[in-house]
Amino acid sequence: MSDLTNLTLAQARDGLRKKEFSAKELTEAHLKAMEQARALNAYVAETPEKALAMAEESDARLARGEARPLEGIPVGVKDLFATKGVHTQACSNILKDFRPPYESTVTANLWRDGAVMLGKLNMDEFAMGSSNETSCYGPVKNPWKPQGSDEDYTPGGSSGGSAAAVAARLCLAATASDTGGSIRQPAAFTGTVGIKPTYGRCSRWGMVAFASSLDQAGPITRTVRDAAIMLTSMSGHDEKDTTSANVEVPDFEAVLDGGIKGLKVGIPAEYRVDGMPEEISRLWEQGAAWLQEQGAEIVEVSLPHTKYALPAYYIVAPAEASSNLARYDGVRYGLRVEADDLTDMYELTRAEGFGAEVKRRVLIGTYVLSAGYYDAYYLKAQKVRTLIKRDFEEAFTQVDALLTPATPSAAFALGSMSDDPLQMYLNDIFTVTVNMAGLPGISVPAGFSEQGMPLGLQLIGKPFDEGTILKLAQGIEQAAALDLTPQPWWQA
Amino acid sequence: MSVDKDTVQRIARLARIRVQEEELQPLANELSSILEWIEQLGEVNTEGVEPMTSVEDMPMKKRPDEVVDGNRVEDILANAPRREGNFFVVPKVVE
Repeated sequence: MSDLTNLTLAQARDGLRKKEFSAKELTEAHLKAMEQARALNAYVAETPEKALAMAEESDARLARGEARPLEGIPVGVKDLFATKGVHTQACSNILKDFRPPYESTVTANLWRDGAVMLGKLNMDEFAMGSSNETSCYGPVKNPWKPQGSDEDYTPGGSSGGSAAAVAARLCLAATASDTGGSIRQPAAFTGTVGIKPTYGRCSRWGMVAFASSLDQAGPITRTVRDAAIMLTSMSGHDEKDTTSANVEVPDFEAVLDGGIKGLKVGIPAEYRVDGMPEEISRLWEQGAAWLQEQGAEIVEVSLPHTKYALPAYYIVAPAEASSNLARYDGVRYGLRVEADDLTDMYELTRAEGFGAEVKRRVLIGTYVLSAGYYDAYYLKAQKVRTLIKRDFEEAFTQVDALLTPATPSAAFALGSMSDDPLQMYLNDIFTVTVNMAGLPGISVPAGFSEQGMPLGLQLIGKPFDEGTILKLAQGIEQAAALDLTPQPWWQA
Repeated sequence: MSVDKDTVQRIARLARIRVQEEELQPLANELSSILEWIEQLGEVNTEGVEPMTSVEDMPMKKRPDEVVDGNRVEDILANAPRREGNFFVVPKVVE
């Protein structure tokens, strides 16, 4: 790890402006780190030529004193954001060789602000997974390992490549997406910061769709300040997405200076689940104590329908996925298995192109939407969703934000959970409620497990109040003052 | 609700995914355990509760019905697995 890759995004931005180093040097340092870290399997496509061309443009702008907000900052892009002419596969065989003729709004916003693209990042197939093991490129390895262990650990999922690349210093920041926890859980597992903003804050245009009423883009970074900087650039109203919200985007970095004195933070009783490991409950109490020491007020609150969020999610998300994934038919793009009959061609193409977890979810979704079952499953789940949202609205009459654990455990060994889909789904127990209600949530590193693996806490905010949870997350980050540099065992 | 092999076969047809005979029983077992776990939603009283249609409290956006883009035949066909001229090619569907 060279010094340049160890900088935070904010430090790199300031260093570039002071001409301490060039955008080209910064990009080259990251390209070299990527080359030495292929054992992690974080990138599924590297774009060094594009990166160097963008860095040169940034250096020219910096020389002219015309730096844009992210001028010369090297970032990685999750493989589900469409990047014009560049590998975009959502890590599924069914999108083999797909090259989109358009750019997603979120990535276009980053390039507009001067960021440099390093490549595309590994993920669970179509973002369906919590361990990055469903990727057609195989799992990403977590840069962190328990002390004295030789085993490979999961970086979490679905944004496992994004989280691992940020933790291992293979980019200064990465784009990610979150449908049930896919930004926050991998951030917690890798000692990074991940924020899922309010539904509608970032445009979904050009993101490969999984569950459209839940999907939302957000950044993974090494610090809360960096998350604020990235989110400011990624956000904004977009005519091309009818669910994109036409609300003003604050300068989230400037909001960080506000302090947390007097903020009321709720502790939801229902998140104290049976069998919660001692180290998780201790971390949670410690987080609350830190916020209190900085002048926040801690309040007990109740979210009575919490336990129903996950089962309701496993109706809504697969139902929307089965509908969204109907487009992969072997006709217009991606994989095609030839057959004499049209139906055979569809069935064989989809059987070969989709992996086991994607098939499982498409089948569940098809089942719950099929004739005679719609009311019992989908309609029921959407009613439960209304109740979950009401719980939050009630809690937010008393508090400004909520504090919970981000995950029920630290990262687990690769392969240790892949035989049991239900057990895997339970990883999202603390994050999924936030998607069901469309709220912003952030995961911030707060400590280590007894084995030395990173652990995160989650803050949940009111709609379009990302500023408050960013401030609180920064409070925890400063109090925890962790060294979040993994040992570079992967270096070739 | 537990699902049997015939049900898996039926929904696989609806989803246009070919499933081999030997995959049917394992899939039936997996889907059954997931659906049984989902059954707990039955405990929740949802009488008189409106189903959520949007997490945001905002009216559907409208735009003028005007052509703003077009003439992108090559872009649209660029990723086609098979094409002829300006057409996507599929197996013969009319006898």
